[in-house]
Amino acid sequence: MADRPITIREALSSALREEMHRDESVFIMGEEVGVWGGTFAVTRGFLDEFGEKRVRDTPIAEMVIAGSAVGAAMAGLRPVAEIMTINFAFVAMDAIVNLAAKMRYMFDGQFKVPLVIRTTTGGGKQLGATHSHAPEVIFAHFPGLYVAVPGTAYDAKGMLKAAIRDDNPVLFVEHSTMLQRRSPVPADDYVLPIGKSDIKRKGDDVTIVTYQKGLEWSMDAAEELAKEGIEAEVIDLRWLRPLDLEPVFESFKKTNRAVVVEESLPMFNVGAEVAAQITNECFDWMDAPVQRVAAMDIPLPYSREIELAALPSPAKIIKAVKEIV
Amino acid sequence: MAEPIMMPKLGFDMAEGTLISWTIEVGQTINKGDIIAEIETDKATIEIETAVSGTVLQLIGEPGDIVAVGSPIGYVGEPGEAPPAGGAAGAAPAAKAESESAAAAAPVPVAAPAAQAAPAASGSDDGFIKASPIARRLADEKGIDLKQLTGSGPGGRITKKDVLDFEPGEAPAAPVATPAPTPAAAPSTPAIPAAATRPSMPTFSEIPEGPDVEIIELSRIRARIGQRLVESKQFVPHFYVTTEIDMAAALELRAQLNESIAEKADKISVNDLIVKAVALTLRKYPNLNSHYYGDKIVRHKRINIGIAVALDDGLVNVTAYDADKTSLGTMATNNRDMITRARGGKVKPDELEGSTFTVSNLGPHDVDHFIAIINPPEAGILAVGSAKKVPVVLDDGTLGVGVRMKATISVDHRVSDGAEAAEFMQNLKQLLENPMRLLI
Repeated sequence: MADRPITIREALSSALREEMHRDESVFIMGEEVGVWGGTFAVTRGFLDEFGEKRVRDTPIAEMVIAGSAVGAAMAGLRPVAEIMTINFAFVAMDAIVNLAAKMRYMFDGQFKVPLVIRTTTGGGKQLGATHSHAPEVIFAHFPGLYVAVPGTAYDAKGMLKAAIRDDNPVLFVEHSTMLQRRSPVPADDYVLPIGKSDIKRKGDDVTIVTYQKGLEWSMDAAEELAKEGIEAEVIDLRWLRPLDLEPVFESFKKTNRAVVVEESLPMFNVGAEVAAQITNECFDWMDAPVQRVAAMDIPLPYSREIELAALPSPAKIIKAVKEIV
Repeated sequence: MAEPIMMPKLGFDMAEGTLISWTIEVGQTINKGDIIAEIETDKATIEIETAVSGTVLQLIGEPGDIVAVGSPIGYVGEPGEAPPAGGAAGAAPAAKAESESAAAAAPVPVAAPAAQAAPAASGSDDGFIKASPIARRLADEKGIDLKQLTGSGPGGRITKKDVLDFEPGEAPAAPVATPAPTPAAAPSTPAIPAAATRPSMPTFSEIPEGPDVEIIELSRIRARIGQRLVESKQFVPHFYVTTEIDMAAALELRAQLNESIAEKADKISVNDLIVKAVALTLRKYPNLNSHYYGDKIVRHKRINIGIAVALDDGLVNVTAYDADKTSLGTMATNNRDMITRARGGKVKPDELEGSTFTVSNLGPHDVDHFIAIINPPEAGILAVGSAKKVPVVLDDGTLGVGVRMKATISVDHRVSDGAEAAEFMQNLKQLLENPMRLLI
């Protein structure tokens, strides 16, 4: 069947539905996922379709959600737990970092944790400093936990299926302002590899390394730059762990310059890691220092104008590119 | 807790400042807003205020040191408190050798501080050449000596492109390699092409030495003037329109007005009349009150007239903001105050920026007529000569004595054309010849 443009929301929904039909051990749990159909309507209709046993509403207690999901996974099920927004994942940090990411290692492989924790990230919606984080990089710090950060509907569907089928725990991060973005998705079943980045735009002048919301900003910036004759190669990391920088190094050896774009805070972020690895792997190809575009180093302001000013933007990316091109 | 006093940024394109003198001492208590030092920027010598209050714990840097914007120049804190031993995080070693006591906290030398004026901007006295890793590798592979190149990258860095573009046998590259100043509005296409695309400057021959010559180091302000005006003359297509203005009525009006003004500081100058007349005329010709940005012309709604002021070593423009809306009396007082302070090096940063059109008046120096170089990104500048008694043909065909002043507008042909400039000059002439309208 021909590819059809669908939203990221529909892509997530269909990936979940198809995997639940494919494998009876897959079930979903979280706040409002059942009767309400999900805060972001990803699981609308699931309760009727799959019943209360496989679509479980939970208390407002993230530690309970993540902890019991880890237990279910260790006992042989394949839970897809939803934490409404990543801001609340901090409450469940122990279950994610010390249980999900460590069990297989601590028990010498006697247990697997085939768990997916779905959550939404990102600012820009006037939700205040505590509810506007984009902290996925924090979770990518820990070995034993995969972190998925899809930026298109095609990637979201193929990556969520891969996450559900994999035997390792995956924090699957969706961006709350991108759920309505459309891209063509094949109707047939497909699964994308875990830990593979993707070149979203070809160019010879500068390499932009990014993911998720940064991808959207970067593609807009690349279009503007092209009008001035600057062709940016945009590489979508798609996964923060496993982190696949081979295409980045290959691209950098062609362009000799890179800008890393992300919504994270600027200190100890993806840009820091990518810049360090580029410096190690590509030192003799460097024509300029790697530039980084991230949010400002402040709690995200509530005021709409100031909030947007504190976040990255295509204009900031263009400025960073022009610093080095 | 000790707090740093930072080198302030006093203009959108200021990257560093030269410390001229301190007006405070260690141990003294200072309050936010106090004058603490004099610094020299590319544009002028300026008194700077402190943004922090407390007891001065340490002053870093000697007069003559060049300090990057945002680097600490001193510390304040509680009386008796020790200044932070480590100084500012990331502070690089001092530029000068005198830094035994304040090694870590000494002023940060700016990379290639003399990039505007020094030959071979990428190299330095100690033999270090600033080049990107790939530029080094390619130069090595091609057998090119990096000393032969001038970098087009930030801070004069030699980039891959510089090596690839280098033709063996090419003369040592241009002495001026500073990227064009970026206008505040960050236009998508610069008004002036980037350094890399510019034709190279002529190579200067060896500097003569000996008792017959005196070598003068280019001051920052001279280097800055040189850089900007070379760019203007190279890249702005100037054209000129001259007219002669009967100034008898204007001078008569000025004399009458000044009779009623007691304070010398408030008296109205010929230049004030001209600035006012230019501002009112620009209202009718908004196209000439604009800045040029490559693919865009920015027409300014405010009419801010830059007034060129001669200094001992250079010149600056001070800005008469909203000159069309300011009464002659107020403007005269303001202009005299600004000009006096500019000559004394006490001008404020915002008085040096923001002009939308410039007037350069050499009238007091007994000149017939001259033409001025446009100050980019402005679209025009008016050069004004002296108002002189000259023989004139009167309306009845006989000869008589009149007062005439020649003025020449230089216009960026990318923004405007001859006819518009001519109409502007005609309107300006009519206004100055019927000067009562300047009072309305």
